[in-house]
Amino acid sequence: MAQDGILPGSGSEERVEAPGETAGQTGGTVHPGPSRPGADEPVQLIDSSGVRHPHDHYDALVADVDGPALQKLYEDMVVVRRIDAEATALQRQGELALWPPLLGQEAAQIGSGRALRSDDFVFSSYRENAVAYCRGVDLADILRVWRGNASSGWDPYTINMATPQVIIGAQTLHATGYAMGILNDGADAVAVTYFGDGATSQGDVNEAMVFAASYQAPVVFFCQNNHWAISEPVGLQAHVPIARRAPGFGIPSVRVDGNDVLACLAVTREALARARSGGGPTFIEAVTYRMGPHTTADDPTRYRDANELEDWAARDPLARLATLLDSRGLLEADYTDAVKAKADAVAAELREGCLSMPEPAPSDVFRHVYSEPNSWLERQQDHYERYLASFTPAPQEGPR
Amino acid sequence: MTATTSTTVREFRLPDLGEGLTESEIVQWHVAEGDTVELNQIIADVETAKAVVELPSPYAGVVVRLHEPAGTTVDVGAPIVSFAVAGEYDGGVPAAGEHGPAVRAVLPGPSVADEVPAKREPNLVGYGAAIEKGGRPQRRHRVLPPSTPAMAPAGSAQVAVMAQIPSPVPAAVAPAPSGRVLAERPRSTPPVRKLARDLGIPLDGLQGTGPGALITRADVLAALAGIEGSAGASSSAPSLPSQASSPDPRQAAHPAAGQTRIPIRGVRKHTAAAMVASAFTAPHVTEFLTIDVTPTIDLLAELKQTRAFEGIRVTPLTIVAKAVCIALQRNPSLNSSWDEATQEIVQYADVNLGIAAATPRGLLVPHIRAAQSLALADLARSLTALTETARAGKTSPADLSGGTITITNIGVFGIDAGTPILNPGEAAILAVGAVRRMPWEYQDAVALRSVLTLSLSFDHRLVDGEQGSRFLADVGTILRNPAMALTMV
Repeated sequence: MAQDGILPGSGSEERVEAPGETAGQTGGTVHPGPSRPGADEPVQLIDSSGVRHPHDHYDALVADVDGPALQKLYEDMVVVRRIDAEATALQRQGELALWPPLLGQEAAQIGSGRALRSDDFVFSSYRENAVAYCRGVDLADILRVWRGNASSGWDPYTINMATPQVIIGAQTLHATGYAMGILNDGADAVAVTYFGDGATSQGDVNEAMVFAASYQAPVVFFCQNNHWAISEPVGLQAHVPIARRAPGFGIPSVRVDGNDVLACLAVTREALARARSGGGPTFIEAVTYRMGPHTTADDPTRYRDANELEDWAARDPLARLATLLDSRGLLEADYTDAVKAKADAVAAELREGCLSMPEPAPSDVFRHVYSEPNSWLERQQDHYERYLASFTPAPQEGPR
Repeated sequence: MTATTSTTVREFRLPDLGEGLTESEIVQWHVAEGDTVELNQIIADVETAKAVVELPSPYAGVVVRLHEPAGTTVDVGAPIVSFAVAGEYDGGVPAAGEHGPAVRAVLPGPSVADEVPAKREPNLVGYGAAIEKGGRPQRRHRVLPPSTPAMAPAGSAQVAVMAQIPSPVPAAVAPAPSGRVLAERPRSTPPVRKLARDLGIPLDGLQGTGPGALITRADVLAALAGIEGSAGASSSAPSLPSQASSPDPRQAAHPAAGQTRIPIRGVRKHTAAAMVASAFTAPHVTEFLTIDVTPTIDLLAELKQTRAFEGIRVTPLTIVAKAVCIALQRNPSLNSSWDEATQEIVQYADVNLGIAAATPRGLLVPHIRAAQSLALADLARSLTALTETARAGKTSPADLSGGTITITNIGVFGIDAGTPILNPGEAAILAVGAVRRMPWEYQDAVALRSVLTLSLSFDHRLVDGEQGSRFLADVGTILRNPAMALTMV
């Protein structure tokens, strides 16, 4: 799986202007100061009808994204949507206990995920499976936890992405701590943390922002405002756009159309460049929509209006990019067939990986808690194994 | 998939589609026996406690058996459909356009059924405690303006798994006008929202005059005045132009002039539910007995002079309570309840004597535990304490459940008699009327006596007319002449 950015030599972030030069641009740019008219309008480069609009500031950040790069972004989004659909099907078939679909949030995750360098480190929630895909995760590893097969899906250092955090917002603290470590190391990597609109109500997220600002830590807060914290609409907990909160912490922020993969790529690159150059944290609010349920155990029709879903279906991230590609003659049958074949292959790989996962032994529960053995734990394990052995029938060969 | 010589039959067992579900209903089959299905093709709609979901086929093959018809509620882990699957999965990547069935040699999924305790009440993750059924909707609907009717009705809005997989061809792309902003809930404050809800004024028709178009109390009151004005004049321009004239069904909930609409909740709601349940499950019989209670009134006057009753409030109700306890010992069927589930009548040794109390929260029936064991003075104290606690709103839930019989003192309102409705689960309820000075037969002449009417309702399922009548007569006997209690204990 491709781990690099979408670009040949994906170090292009370094070419970005310094953050000080960017302030005061029109249309949703960073606003650490008082909010200005229009600042709440999300940055958009591709509108919902697939038309590319020029942008004074952000065009420069994606100047290198040519036709093939756009096609790769599209392929990524199709593939991750397919991964998501296949995992949802696996849950319905009893192969996964639960699955949190990302349907509708592909652009926010792919756009930001493809902006990262391999030495950046991601701390995500449980819905960022498309980001994990960008990091090059082994597909089956995404499913381990949801199959109840492992306590954790993968070794975080193999792909520089922590395994999904289920505790809402806790990963923002981990990211800030990691970013403070980067400062101490004198490195130019960036910690990127993903969370939702609901998480911004958590103390953890606010504490993380205080520390990030205090230490000017190289961390990007990537908030996917998908409009629903399970069943609570975002308007309930955010009477002003969430992005407006960050300046209160001393963190510059930007709102971006989270269904516009190019805009997400652009704003993330800018934030990364700021962090790498010592400019400290950035808060990105990607305005998107959770088209599916919160998890497979949820029924969103109980709490949200079908009209709302329709409105957002019209802003689908894949459809608008497909339209743009088509208008540029980049959506020929050869290409779409290849994308479909790739999605089919990935789905088959995912399914096979899920079904062939070995069941862990009951005593494996003792294996990953302590890094070093200790007598206390060994005794517990011994007792547990003898307890389990009591269920197997005794050998029959003895005297009767 | 290449042709193979053998087929294998695979059972698909109903998985736990939510978190902690034990059963689901098969709403509809989308396939029939003999149909060939692809992997992930939707084969059924299944309704769980949480949602209606579509079941994608776990195999590519032929449906050989549908184990359960549509409409059946199936336990998690029970087989619902069997497939004939061609050959075994060879591990290779299927050709484009063909889905590999990826079958396993074992049945799909850990067999959850065996581990699920039989009567476990599913506690569904993300939904908190089970909500009470039949009440008001737990969430108010967010009413949004109608959107562009371009797309097919998104009614079910369930995750149609395969349908969501994008076709790379953008044929279905129907871009709506961009920049259309989703309507937010009208801005207001909680007290004003409540006011509006209580008055039946929908906020989304109002133009807020507060800061940031915030709808204020004044706006709501102005809208109310507009409605009332228009209701009176029927022609003058209402302040809710679109709302007031549209055939919005919510209009029906607007109070006309002179009406107040009070949300049904709390004690009112529980009282209503309890009374409906009682009235329509227990066949009520009500009997009346009017008696001369002058000796009881004399006794009360005497007791008040007694040192043992100093500072204790003794009323006719005190004596009635004592009389009920005594009479119940002779007629235990009235101190019992009907257990429909076990088909048993439960008789109670203790009299947990409920007293209907009008409190600021509404009608409450706290009770005195083992009232039959209390001496008259203690009973009097308990009655006083009970009603005071109830009126202060401090009655503990334990004192509100577990009563075995109830007395309701309608006499305090100057009422003589009525047909009380049983407190659910109890076999009898006694209404005590007002004590009146009335001309009454006394020693073969008409005299002015203290007279009171008792009204007893009982559950005819477990109390016959004979026992009910005997009980009422016993209570009457004691009140007519308290000394007669000596003959009963």
